[in-house]
Amino acid sequence: MKVGIKSYSYCLNHAPETGSHYGGTPYEAFHSGKEQEFLDALPKHLQSYDSARHYAPNQTYIGGISYEEFEALPSGWVNNPLPDEKANRYGKFGEIMPEDEFLGLISACDEFELVWLEKSFAEAVSAKLAQDPVITEAIVKRVVRPKNMHELAEIDTEVKDRDGLYLYHDGKPVGCVRSGHPTDQCLTAHVLLENLAGKASGVLALLHLLKNSGLDPKDLDFVIECSEEGAGDVGQRAGGNFAKAIAEVAGCVNASGCDVRGFCAGPVNAMINAAAQVASGARKNIAVVAGGSIPKLFMNARDHVKKGLIALEDCVGSFGVLLVPDDGTMPVMRLDVLGKHTVGAGGAPQAVTSALTFEPLQAAGLTFADVDRYAPELQNHEITEPAGAGNVPLANIKMIAALAVMKKAIEKSEMMNFIKKHGTIGYAPTQGHIPAGVPFIGPACELINEGKIKRSMIIGKGSLFLARLTNLADGASFLIEAPEKVEAPATVSKDDIKAMILEVLGEVAGKLA
Amino acid sequence: MDLQNQQRVKDAGEKYGTDCVVILGSSDAEGAEIYAETVTAGDPTYAGPLAGVSLELPVYHVFDPIIRAECDPAAWEEQISMMEMVLDPDALAEAVKGMREQYSKDVIEE
Repeated sequence: MKVGIKSYSYCLNHAPETGSHYGGTPYEAFHSGKEQEFLDALPKHLQSYDSARHYAPNQTYIGGISYEEFEALPSGWVNNPLPDEKANRYGKFGEIMPEDEFLGLISACDEFELVWLEKSFAEAVSAKLAQDPVITEAIVKRVVRPKNMHELAEIDTEVKDRDGLYLYHDGKPVGCVRSGHPTDQCLTAHVLLENLAGKASGVLALLHLLKNSGLDPKDLDFVIECSEEGAGDVGQRAGGNFAKAIAEVAGCVNASGCDVRGFCAGPVNAMINAAAQVASGARKNIAVVAGGSIPKLFMNARDHVKKGLIALEDCVGSFGVLLVPDDGTMPVMRLDVLGKHTVGAGGAPQAVTSALTFEPLQAAGLTFADVDRYAPELQNHEITEPAGAGNVPLANIKMIAALAVMKKAIEKSEMMNFIKKHGTIGYAPTQGHIPAGVPFIGPACELINEGKIKRSMIIGKGSLFLARLTNLADGASFLIEAPEKVEAPATVSKDDIKAMILEVLGEVAGKLA
Repeated sequence: MDLQNQQRVKDAGEKYGTDCVVILGSSDAEGAEIYAETVTAGDPTYAGPLAGVSLELPVYHVFDPIIRAECDPAAWEEQISMMEMVLDPDALAEAVKGMREQYSKDVIEE
């Protein structure tokens, strides 16, 4: 059972000022009152929008450069910015949106007068957003709705007297997010900022997905959203539904949607959910979409600042994938063999790796070397290594190679070659759900379409224990393959039929004679 | 070492003294060394419950030959042998040994 991967989108929203105030680590540092030195130093470690656009992993994420071009670059990307011609705002998959426009988009996604922008700022960003090829006229107009535009004095009052949070641009307040309720901790200005930013970045990913696929928004059947945010109120802290809220802004009037969660394994589980619904015929098509995470911005910045490095975690990341019935013309996702980390499998890396790679491959009658590229977890190691978290994609492919040796699929002496040939280099922002395999769906499909690879495995792993409900981790995986060409049915021409009739008539005439 | 694990080790160390052996599974030598220091001399980052608390516990990396010899070979094969190929077992065991030799009491006799 297979479904077609029709198109994909990957977007970044540069958000250094929002992140340095409201990212989980800086926000916690601010409230603890004990880390003023870190908070004072952080702004000196931020990179400009221009630098973020020239940063090779960011361009790889949005499809500004191909994965193969990225792989060929020397390491130390931060010190080797891309040339201007490779550093455009728009790539094949999506875009890197500047922070002021992102604030405008967040405001456009607000239905409850929760986001106020200063009038002249709102008008300026509305005009800029109008230049974006995927931003609709309706969205541009929403940025300048009178109810969302206020004087700075009113914004000051909202922050100082009613628990609002300032939004900043060029170091100055340009708006605020208001508190949604006087006592409900699920509707504080901080939670609402996270959720509205997740929604807005998800909208951007869906708009690019629709553009890349050529699908009329009205023809989208269903959306499954798979970020890590929780939208709700005190009665249901993560009731949802991001998917439908995103579809509404994108003009998908005939779509419905729901959310799927599972920490970093969420997107892979969402893909499996969506594919199963499309393959069964329950839905005509499904967009799997995830907005990005404000809390993950500058998550490792303490270490980056301490080591005198640029704090690179300044982009909210989002993605979208459109699944449709398999017609033999596009890369497919297989549903007959899925990696599943069971409750009883245990948490040892060996058990997890076996459940996600060896077991589904064995079920498919394949071996380790039959997968051209493994995409386990694509964290950018230039971010994680200084924070003591190592090179995650490399560690993962090493585990897969070691398991291949144990299962006698390759010789031990071939391990390094296997790692180089079948591994992937991480380029994704550390946005939690985003690094977990899914950024490679786009590049894998491109490589398949170019005939350079036949098969890729997408793997997601989630740290469920962070929620304090279970000590278990989670994991899921699936295979993407080249389409099997559908044989055209044999056709018979008019001349053939004529010849056949004449032949039969000739035989009959002969018998009569 | 995170604050919750420091508290767990502190509770066990205070209850059982140096009869309590700490076995680390860190995949990174630098981290293993800091964890080993934390459960012997005290938390070098002064952030957790073991800041200024010298438990002097005997500490080993799971890849230390002494610990490996104690393990059921079948369980080792099933649970750990893959990571043995991926990581540098000798470097990890040595990193912990350095701290053990400086700060641990009642180490396991070789």
